[in-house]
Amino acid sequence: MSPDGAELAARLRARDLTAAPATLNLLESTTREDREQSALLLAELSPAKLGGEAPAHIVGVTGPPGAGKSTLLSALLRCWREQGRTVAMLAVDPSSRRSGGSLLGDRARVEFDPADHGVLIRSTAAGERLGGLAWATRAAAQALAAAFDVVVIETVGVGQAETEVADVADTVAVIVQPGGGDSLQFLKSGIMEIPDVLVVTKSDLGQIAMRTRRDLSAALRSLGSHSTDVLAVSCIPPVSGVTELAEALDRHRAQIDLPARRLSTRRASALTDFALEHGESGMRELGGRRSAQQILGAQDAGLDVPALVRALEDRMG
Amino acid sequence: MAVMSSEHPPRLPERDRPWMMRTYAGHSTAKASNELYRRNLEKGQTGLSVAFDLPTQTGYDPDDELARGEVGKVGVPVCHRGDMAALMDGIPLDEMNTSMTINATAAWLLALYVVAAEDQGVAQEKLQGTTQNDIIKEFLARGTYAFPPAPSMRLIADMIAYTVEHIPSWNPINICSYHLQEAGATPVQEIAYAMSNAIAVLDAARERVAPERMEQVFGRISFFVNAGVRFIEEHAKLRAMSILWEELGRERYGVQDARHLRFRYGVQVNSLGLTEAQPENNVQRIVLEALAVTLGRGARARAIQLPAWNEALGLPRPWDQQWSLRIQQVLAYETDILEYPDIFEGSTVMEGLVEELLEGARAEMAVVAEHGGAVEAVPYMKAALVDSHRARIRRIESGEQVVVGQNRFSESEVSPLTADAEGGILVVDPAVEAQQIEQVRAWRSGRDQAAVDAALADLAAAAREEDPSTNLMLPTIAAARAGATTGEWARTLREVFGSYRAPTGVGEATAAPSDANLDELRGEVARLQETLGRRPKILVGKPGLDGHSNGAEQIAVRARDVGMDVVYEGIRLTPAQIASSALQEGVHVIGLSILSGSHRELIPAVMTALHDAGVQAPVVVGGIIPDQDVPALKAAGVAAVYTPKDFDITAIMRDIIALVGSGADKQVLAAGGASANAPA
Repeated sequence: MSPDGAELAARLRARDLTAAPATLNLLESTTREDREQSALLLAELSPAKLGGEAPAHIVGVTGPPGAGKSTLLSALLRCWREQGRTVAMLAVDPSSRRSGGSLLGDRARVEFDPADHGVLIRSTAAGERLGGLAWATRAAAQALAAAFDVVVIETVGVGQAETEVADVADTVAVIVQPGGGDSLQFLKSGIMEIPDVLVVTKSDLGQIAMRTRRDLSAALRSLGSHSTDVLAVSCIPPVSGVTELAEALDRHRAQIDLPARRLSTRRASALTDFALEHGESGMRELGGRRSAQQILGAQDAGLDVPALVRALEDRMG
Repeated sequence: MAVMSSEHPPRLPERDRPWMMRTYAGHSTAKASNELYRRNLEKGQTGLSVAFDLPTQTGYDPDDELARGEVGKVGVPVCHRGDMAALMDGIPLDEMNTSMTINATAAWLLALYVVAAEDQGVAQEKLQGTTQNDIIKEFLARGTYAFPPAPSMRLIADMIAYTVEHIPSWNPINICSYHLQEAGATPVQEIAYAMSNAIAVLDAARERVAPERMEQVFGRISFFVNAGVRFIEEHAKLRAMSILWEELGRERYGVQDARHLRFRYGVQVNSLGLTEAQPENNVQRIVLEALAVTLGRGARARAIQLPAWNEALGLPRPWDQQWSLRIQQVLAYETDILEYPDIFEGSTVMEGLVEELLEGARAEMAVVAEHGGAVEAVPYMKAALVDSHRARIRRIESGEQVVVGQNRFSESEVSPLTADAEGGILVVDPAVEAQQIEQVRAWRSGRDQAAVDAALADLAAAAREEDPSTNLMLPTIAAARAGATTGEWARTLREVFGSYRAPTGVGEATAAPSDANLDELRGEVARLQETLGRRPKILVGKPGLDGHSNGAEQIAVRARDVGMDVVYEGIRLTPAQIASSALQEGVHVIGLSILSGSHRELIPAVMTALHDAGVQAPVVVGGIIPDQDVPALKAAGVAAVYTPKDFDITAIMRDIIALVGSGADKQVLAAGGASANAPA
């Protein structure tokens, strides 16, 4: 029996966080009935229905393995909870899907109090595409943004990953560990897009962390970016830089034109979903990517992603 | 011939002295354990080996939430100086040689021991014994760590620096290869990881002791090894280790004195190979394993403790432990093994085996060194162990590796050994926990609180100090003297050092090679995914303080291999954490693993927490669960219970998938029913 998408949406709109696990189960499901209910749920949470953009701050966090993301997120989580903000964390695990199964290990490393109902952590395997953000994760971020104060999407990788996260997040933070030369190279060569916030972890390592921070700042300046904050944090006692990071994330969100960014992420998501569903041939039927973007541009700004995908499908031959 | 025999006399001029004989023991309370120790000493045991309970090992007082169900179970709770005094009551500490299986909290327990000696009027200089104190293997295999790697290594180095000066006959650390084998290590891995670990410890110590002390420090490092039933190869392993150790001493640390270069080790023989099926067979396994560490004089153990025949069933009783002590005594006093020089000298077979192991170990040590040493290589080594263990299980499942009574020759008469009401094991009185909670609360209210607060503040200040001349042993002993508790000591340091979760090793485990059984199950899982709409998702959880995660890891890896999404959160979870994960992750089935005997308390607590959270996913339990406990677990709602005799993990997977499947069918039925009842 499919859960009732509209009912879950109503609970999320009322900021009932206990609706979140069932919402995620529904959004992850691929049965026909569940997909229908998912579409209903997302439609009920569209900006048009909400009367504006969903209130949460959607933060994307990405970085290479071993950069200290989990420790950093544990510290950020504590900071946000101390500020009284509720947090949903979607951890996307890109590990190999050779056998189809996945070991979702990240949860083990983010610490939180199980009695605290203001925190939700959900781990999901990446989509079938290598390094791809699962459809369900994007939909989940959009749905949970109606109920939580902060929605974090965490994923591993540098290069492709933050671009994917940028498709759905208001603010993208890339985490780099001291001496992380790859990130610097990726940034300089343009493989990595310029993130909204750059974080150098393990600042307790001293010199090497400071040098990494300087190098990244210099690279950003040479690329003409003066707005990206580069922060150094240390998550082992004495913890430092975490409050500053939370402030930098807030500052970024205050600076951007949120409705415009959300609108463009919804359109980008719709395009990705459409391409996933119908492939390049579907795209050709629309007259190519640019033409698809024009179709999306003509749609109402308050539509949710499935509605946008349907709009594209309506234009197929 | 005559010349030969004068150069290589077949007999020693004088029979060797036997090794030190111990029994790993302790349970319930300090008083009960003290009585047990005294009886064991009367039976001819020559040293003590203290088993601490898990709260003591991980730094929690009995009234801590995490201690629930674990107090007094796998060892004795020692919470403050009063407990240690009771534990050692009537045992002269200037004569006794005491081994403490204590790691994360080793500095604290040594401090309590020093204070207990003071109470007896014995100066610390006179104390002899060993603290296990090997934290890297806790991260890799045993799970009773408390602090992150760097401060843990500092604590070890501080203890080495302190004991070498003030308690010169103390072995401040046992580098443990034992637990690596239990976690699945091959002989090569066991040697290589133990030696790499020793290097990490010695390098850390070098920063904290004067250069002229290093020779002495090297001489105080001993090992705690394992011996499996392939006892010829196991003996070769020990010979290889002594060669590597001497080499390391000379080359890396410039040790000259032959006495300090000797490879000294204690041993507890293999538990991994002991079976629940036909447990009497374990006796001959133990005897053969004991030969591995006694047969050749060139690499003979200094101290031996043997497991009991019924370890895979539950906690051994005093009689079971006596049996194991008698095995040692028969070997030492009845046989002639102590009468000869090294019987393998000149054996080309033995030399060849040793050479082979040395070559493999050196190559693997180089890999660890490339990772930056043992501390940095923990994730690498952990993943390698998980892989080796998986290979071992698959060999047993396929019958390639024979385990008598388990995967071959499994027909059996009914064993009279397990016929009593408790199934032939020791059951700790559940009232012990409540008594200990009351006792520690009384202790706290009866002491000079201001003195304790001041001592803990000093400890915190010293922990924050980065100057290597600040030794944590001094404020630790002061806190022990003032009457602080185990939980308070550990909490003070956790607040400064932060807490830590070790890598689980499962994420890095390589994909399984394909076989017919796996493919069949993958097909099953794929069909189930169609019905469920989502990939079947399992939560593998370890409630309580038990850190023996090998079984849970193997289940997690196999579930991944058959195509499930697996949420594995590592060890030391509260029932509330498990329930919260199960709910938030939307899992279809939950697998819990407990080996510490705390299942009677913890499993029902988890079931209640799940129920309260509204989670309906079925629960299966694995671990050392005596038959007579199964009905109570089933009554609490557990769907299935697996014990060590269920060695075929593929079969367990098949059950779990079927369990998820029957849940899915019910869902479909319920949906069908609803529409049938709807008005037409």
